[in-house]
Amino acid sequence: MTKWGPFEITRRGLLWGGVSAAGGSVICASGSSLAQSDYSAGHSAHTAASPLLGHGSAHGAMITVGDVDEARNGFETAKLLTEWDTGTVSRLPDGRNLRTFEVEAIDREIEIAPGIMFPAWTYNGRVPGPSLRATEGDRLRIVFRNLGSHPHSMHFHGIHAARMDGVPGAGLIDPGDEFVYEFDARPFGCHLYHCHALPLKRHIQKGMYGLFVIDPDPARHPELTDIARSRLLGTPENAEWQEFAMVMNGFDTNFDNENEVYAVNTVAHAYMKRPIRIVRDRPVRIYLANIVEFDPINSFHLHGNFFDYFDQGTTLAPTLKTVDLITQCQAQRGIIEFSFKDHEPGLYMFHPHQSEFTELGWSGMFDVVEAIA
Amino acid sequence: MNEVSRITAADQTAGPARKSRAALLWLILPMAALGLAIVWLVVTNPLQRFGNGAPPVETLTFERTILSDDGIRVLVRAGGSEPMTIAQVQVDDAYWQFTQDPPGPISRGSTAWIHLPFPWVLGEAHAINIVTNTGATFEHEIAVAVPTPAHNATSLLSQALLGVFVGFVPVTIGMMFYPALRGVGRDGMDFLLALTVGLLAFLLVDATAEAFELAGEAAAIFQGQAMVWLAAAASFLLLMAVGRRQGAPSGVALATFIALGIGLHNLGEGLAIGAAFAAGAAGLGSFLVLGFMAHNITEGIGISAPLLKKRPALWIFAALALLAGGPAVVGLWIGSLAYAPQWSALALAVGAGAILQVIVEVAAYLMRSDGRGTTALLAPATIAGLTTGVAFMYGTAMLVKV
Ligand SMILES: [Cu+2]
Repeated sequence: MTKWGPFEITRRGLLWGGVSAAGGSVICASGSSLAQSDYSAGHSAHTAASPLLGHGSAHGAMITVGDVDEARNGFETAKLLTEWDTGTVSRLPDGRNLRTFEVEAIDREIEIAPGIMFPAWTYNGRVPGPSLRATEGDRLRIVFRNLGSHPHSMHFHGIHAARMDGVPGAGLIDPGDEFVYEFDARPFGCHLYHCHALPLKRHIQKGMYGLFVIDPDPARHPELTDIARSRLLGTPENAEWQEFAMVMNGFDTNFDNENEVYAVNTVAHAYMKRPIRIVRDRPVRIYLANIVEFDPINSFHLHGNFFDYFDQGTTLAPTLKTVDLITQCQAQRGIIEFSFKDHEPGLYMFHPHQSEFTELGWSGMFDVVEAIA
Repeated sequence: MNEVSRITAADQTAGPARKSRAALLWLILPMAALGLAIVWLVVTNPLQRFGNGAPPVETLTFERTILSDDGIRVLVRAGGSEPMTIAQVQVDDAYWQFTQDPPGPISRGSTAWIHLPFPWVLGEAHAINIVTNTGATFEHEIAVAVPTPAHNATSLLSQALLGVFVGFVPVTIGMMFYPALRGVGRDGMDFLLALTVGLLAFLLVDATAEAFELAGEAAAIFQGQAMVWLAAAASFLLLMAVGRRQGAPSGVALATFIALGIGLHNLGEGLAIGAAFAAGAAGLGSFLVLGFMAHNITEGIGISAPLLKKRPALWIFAALALLAGGPAVVGLWIGSLAYAPQWSALALAVGAGAILQVIVEVAAYLMRSDGRGTTALLAPATIAGLTTGVAFMYGTAMLVKV
């Protein structure tokens, strides 16, 4: 090995040496050339630096820097998990419940990762929009006002008439207009609503989507009443559960049809920095939907545990039992149920198993505790 | 003219004072008009009409990259219409912790260092993607990650040594052919001078192309293309003017200009190699050094060509070798310590202008050296020399390219 100044010239280096001095700025080696000669030295040198990366969360240094201004955003990411919009309920002449929701389309710049502002189109000023929750068999009335700058609609994944579809000519309204969607709540399950204005991709990617959950009516499922009651918001059986609304989404900030930020409930790393507190003995239920654009598939993976999965939430028996990973295509959704009751307390991670999504913001932690003080 | 002088003579006391007052008025008036225009612009803000709510135009240029034990450092220059705010930084499609120095928004034209404690992998590629507060992204590719050498006396000394090897030594070796070349006849002279023009022509094309390429990498604020044209033209005109003060240069003067032109080119080459050091010197192998040496030997022969009919003192040869080869050392130092594409582009552009001047002068010398005029340019020996010069430079240049 010949020493040439600070460089070591090896036989390999002589054979492969050569450099694009033309470019001038960054010299690209053909093959690995000289780099090989001090490979081991360089490697140990920078491995030694790795402990430096160990602070902070389980993500180490691989995390966004800073915090999102939630006051400016107008919504708190922690609360998006548990806030359900159940509308206002009145009684119809035939004795059924009439459930009325009010939703407004609003243009709003939101902070999707610390310091990164996104000019969103929102339902009720938040992304995802309000998690609407009804009971199977309710008559639903959704009063939709478009206060935004573009035509918008609400397209519900549910059973309804063509007139209520929220597509051009059926409930797609101009700025300043109002439309009332009316249909019965069925089938029970974990559904979705989103804007169906064109171009579809842009309207969804801008933030116009939300969960639409229809709880089963226990009276209609006599053989599985208990399970149905556990799903029905407001029952003592349901109160036992720790329920969370999670919408997997992404944001293309530079219009290259790829997402710069991935998240569950919009804000990158939000539940990484502030883990979701769960009580060890009480079961957990997640209403999960995938609305990410540009990538066809998203997934959910839980650390240290397995769960049951109810695809679309339209069954009372799991469609997948004892899994630790489910995948969802665009607009696919379902219910995840698990418990940490036999676990020791601690931080348990959840994230999609697309590493890229995880590293670009979509990851979080459950903080399993004995009891909430 | 008489009229004017008579009036001035008649009114000797008041005249100069009134004249200077009038001159002052003509100075103040346009200034006042400018002031009014500025006030009007600020008060009425006519540009507001063009404001359509579009986000500010943002550009970010990566000027330096340093890889070390504690991660990656990049020097970025902002070139937006408004100060730019770096919100997050991705490395290989992952958000990564970083610190910015100085922190806060980066104003137009200024720079900031971004430090990423990222465990880069030796010999592999990494991509840095800076996301601004508006969501705009600026990507920088690290093609081959290798540690950036630290600077100290030893490294500067070994760089100087390398500079001497690629600059000074080959030029000197080329000049050592001088005694052998002295015996050549008219055809031989034609051949050698044309060889010089040929090699310079190659360097001109090479330096210009590189200057434009580097200008393309520089921040937009430097207006790289215009800068290259202007710097080359200015150095060409300046050197022509200086060179022609005592008539067309010949002999030692012409050799000096050739050496200067080559020296400026070697400065640019030094910058490129220095930048390679700064970038971690990946693949900076012996072929690069050998290539530059072979390349530059020809330059030594070119410098000696106009001296063949004289017999200059030895120190003149030494001085010429230093002028032509020495800048390589300086270039290496500057390149490794304070590399930025715009400065390399500027150096190369100045060098290109200088080379063009030398081409003109050597061609002129060739035409008048034995009174044949333009016919000398088409003599077989001249054509052979030109072709050989370009071909040889092209051939040796292959050694220094990947
Ligand atoms: Cu819309």
